[in-house]
Amino acid sequence: MFDFLDSGQYDLLEAFWVTVKLTVYSAIGSLIWGTLLAGMRVGPVPMMRAFGTGYVNVVRNTPLTVIIVACSLALNQTLGVTLGSEDFKVIGFRLAVLGLIAYTGTFVCEALRSGINTVPVGQAEAARALGLSFTQVLTSIILPQAFRSVVAPLANVLIALTKNTTVAAAIGVAEASLLMKEMIENEADAIFAVFSVFAFGFIVLTLPTGLVLGWVAKRVAVKR
Amino acid sequence: MSGVSVTKGAEDIVPAAGDLVVLSQVNKHFGALHVLQDIDLTIARGEVVVVIGPSGSGKSTLCRTINRLETIDSGSISIDGKPLPQEGRELARLRSDVGMVFQSFNLFAHKTVLENVTLGQIKVRRTDKKAAEEKARTLLDRVGVASQADKYPAQLSGGQQQRVAIARALAMDPKVILFDEPTSALDPEMINEVLEVMQQLARDGMTMVVVTHEMGFARSAANRVVFMADGKIVEEAAPEAFFNNPRSDRAKDFLSKILHH
Repeated sequence: MFDFLDSGQYDLLEAFWVTVKLTVYSAIGSLIWGTLLAGMRVGPVPMMRAFGTGYVNVVRNTPLTVIIVACSLALNQTLGVTLGSEDFKVIGFRLAVLGLIAYTGTFVCEALRSGINTVPVGQAEAARALGLSFTQVLTSIILPQAFRSVVAPLANVLIALTKNTTVAAAIGVAEASLLMKEMIENEADAIFAVFSVFAFGFIVLTLPTGLVLGWVAKRVAVKR
Repeated sequence: MSGVSVTKGAEDIVPAAGDLVVLSQVNKHFGALHVLQDIDLTIARGEVVVVIGPSGSGKSTLCRTINRLETIDSGSISIDGKPLPQEGRELARLRSDVGMVFQSFNLFAHKTVLENVTLGQIKVRRTDKKAAEEKARTLLDRVGVASQADKYPAQLSGGQQQRVAIARALAMDPKVILFDEPTSALDPEMINEVLEVMQQLARDGMTMVVVTHEMGFARSAANRVVFMADGKIVEEAAPEAFFNNPRSDRAKDFLSKILHH
């Protein structure tokens, strides 16, 4: 039933490796972007608050496919953005990462913002009373505590991100789901096998993520 | 300033010349509630002022306006001759000179006791880490919690946490320390260990504004008692005079409720 795996025709590991790379780069990027967005949304500057709120509400409500395809067609093919590469495969990969960061950052921001709400207001007051600036209060007191309380929700975001990387197939990035599409066409008689191979592949990626981060969440929780 | 009390013993430090904190015609509203009404209060260098009064009288709010944790609607507040700045770098600098001790301690929950006391020194005063830790250990020793330096706040008792909070405020070498009901959240048997540290500070000549319900502390450590009710300062006097001969009916009523049972 799984004969097609032995044919040497498909490089499953390579495809899943691209998925992993998409996930890791996008995760790091969206963590940074999401933190910046959260900083804007809780900050004292009205312009930044408005931008943060507007951005989050527009982008998280836009389908990811639209964002990724727009990255390719609008940014790359119309505006000529190449993200520093000549190779169309590399450009496609980078555009996909950009789209995933733009999208996933909004969910990181909102998770983090709910974490900020769990930090008692006295923590910020005590820090301000010591003479710390807004940025110092945010980076040394509020965010470290907020992050610790949202490890579990961030794990959800990371799992969703891992699976969302499949949308990159829409602009031809050679990750797992693009290979799956090819295999479905070539191996029509083993279609259930093909599906289960890919489902299994994603479970292998996401299940440990949830378990490990669940454990981390317990370890780093702030005791009050 | 006529507030030097006779109860403080021989090593009393007479307040040095100069007013450190001056509030003048301060007003504040919470919605329809007029919590601070035309408050005039001057605190001299080295003076210990205890603010007492019934709940909701505005005494905590008054304390919090002094480092602008609460903004005011009108009037002026100045510290060491400088008016309280608007939000920003200047305000942060001023706050670093005004220590604050909270009812609920507010120790940084994700940092050890030692880190709590070094944070302000390192981030605000730009002291190097080693010197900051040395000073922190000295201060923790002074408030009697040196052995807890590497624990997290949640592992300490309330009294220990509050003493750490006092050490954290002292680490900034503040000109004045504000105490916002520092013993109200403590179990009865832990109140004294905190009050003792505060008594010691008072004897050392620290300028202190203390909002409290501890009448014993007010009697023994205060230079002056300020009695507030309904957003106004009703009476100001030396502790002996206030507790033995309150002038206003409001203060008489208040004292009769708390002192005779």
